[in-house]
Amino acid sequence: MDLGSAGFAVADRTCAVVESAAVGRRYHRLEVAAPDLAARTRPGQFYHLLCRDAAGNGPFLRRPMSVWRIGAEGRLGFLLHVKGLGTSALARLRAGDQLSLVGPLGQGFTLRPGWRRILILARGVGLATLAPLTEAAAARGIAVQAVLSARAPEDLMAAEFAGGSGAIIDAVYDTDGTSEPPAVEALLRRRFATARPDAVFTCGSNRLFQLLQRLAAEYDIPGEVALEQQMGCGLGMCFCCVRPIRLADGSVAQQRVCTEGPVFDLQQALAW
Amino acid sequence: MVVDLSVRLGRLTLANPIMPASGTFGPELAQAFDLDRLGALVTKSITPEFREGNALPRVAETENGLLNSIGIPGKGLDHFIEHGMPEWRRFAAPLVVSLSAPTVAEFARAAARLARTPGIAAIEANISCPNLEEDGRAFAMLPKTAAAAVAALRRASSLPLWVKLSPNTGDIAAVARACEAAGAEVLVVANTILGLAIDIETGRPKLGAGMGGFSGPAFKPIALRLVWQCAQAVRIPIIGVGGIMNAADAVESLMAGASAVQVGTASFIHPVAMPQVLEGLEEFCQRKGITRIGDLVGVALPRQVTGMAAE
Repeated sequence: MDLGSAGFAVADRTCAVVESAAVGRRYHRLEVAAPDLAARTRPGQFYHLLCRDAAGNGPFLRRPMSVWRIGAEGRLGFLLHVKGLGTSALARLRAGDQLSLVGPLGQGFTLRPGWRRILILARGVGLATLAPLTEAAAARGIAVQAVLSARAPEDLMAAEFAGGSGAIIDAVYDTDGTSEPPAVEALLRRRFATARPDAVFTCGSNRLFQLLQRLAAEYDIPGEVALEQQMGCGLGMCFCCVRPIRLADGSVAQQRVCTEGPVFDLQQALAW
Repeated sequence: MVVDLSVRLGRLTLANPIMPASGTFGPELAQAFDLDRLGALVTKSITPEFREGNALPRVAETENGLLNSIGIPGKGLDHFIEHGMPEWRRFAAPLVVSLSAPTVAEFARAAARLARTPGIAAIEANISCPNLEEDGRAFAMLPKTAAAAVAALRRASSLPLWVKLSPNTGDIAAVARACEAAGAEVLVVANTILGLAIDIETGRPKLGAGMGGFSGPAFKPIALRLVWQCAQAVRIPIIGVGGIMNAADAVESLMAGASAVQVGTASFIHPVAMPQVLEGLEEFCQRKGITRIGDLVGVALPRQVTGMAAE
């Protein structure tokens, strides 16, 4: 059911769940049928989801959720880290249930013509946000080198990230110490030396963001980061999701993650 | 059956009684529906000065409502007139500018500037903000301080003057009467009510600022009671606001004595809540054989009332 009017950029509607399944120990994937929305959703954008299970139980406010799969079969997919009231309610939805979503929202990632390869650095479920970028890059013939960080091998979700993109993945883990920033820095320097990326992208970890920001500045590589923040309206009206961002003129201003973001220039974002 | 949805609010006639509540609305909502379907547009509160806004988190949800303490962030009145107004002039619906200020004199100065700015249909005075001359207590807490702000606004500007009251006063009827006597043409009843939520894991308030304004469905009975009391206290029209999520809630507010309603928190749950309320209101009138929306106003009030609702 579409509550809004056709022809508006942001839809407010319910969609049928077509797939709902646990992924590993803590994650869950949820896919809905929304062909027209899938056709105009860009990598890095998000939807504001009403997190109510089939019985209507769930939190009062919506939750912002980045798009993980923008399917060719007209599906929109979300990969959730099940940890609170909202994500638990979403994980209880089954195929055939209805999900109310508002979107697509926010600014997506940039892929410039002429780029040959990009590097992606993701931690935990942050890889969900970057997965559509990987697919979009592959579709344009841009090679993707990814460094994925997880607590343990069973939490990595490399297949969920790469899909059919053919991305080359370095996995680092807390369990063997390879995810520590100095180890990741050494790995990134090796990758930059052998195949310098035209751009870098990150999501999911403050420590990795700071590391990538520093290295990208040193190597003079452009980049973007997708930020998270608690939201109220998701549309730019309530100003509860602001983060300090360094503007082009050097001043720092509170920017709305929902509207000016969630994707920001890597050098303009500030550590959180 | 055609329903006459138009409403008369003092000197203004609106095409319908549905409009947004200040602070929950912006031109951004035009991404979801045609804003000119609304009876009026209401801006976020504009302050004379630049304001950074409050510490995060700025919102905290409850089981059936929302606490917020945003802190009226904004770039100030000059920036609004130069950059905000051109954006609003893209829309045809009447524009109501919500105005907030820390002192009576600054309220008056800002109102005078708005009166010289083309494209503004009315001022909504947000007198629920802290009054720096009264130890930070809101103007709307007491009849005397509310009247002082309203009288100064009345003298400073010839624009239609709406005044938004606070539920955080002990005597809303007395504040309403004082505002009417001081020159208010419409009362907006009411702002959010002060509340608190605590994170029991950290032992700290859930909002960065501590207390916040409570809104949403759980607040509706209080908002309705305030409308009902004000409608019996004054003769000027009232706009009901607080917990209106659907058309049935809007009908309740009209029956309590409101001539129009504002929708706020509902737009966070459904961006298209306002046009849905409007459609539902029209359907309700058709089902009940009501040809003028005004015929609903105040029908629940005690019969001896002599306010405009009973005229």
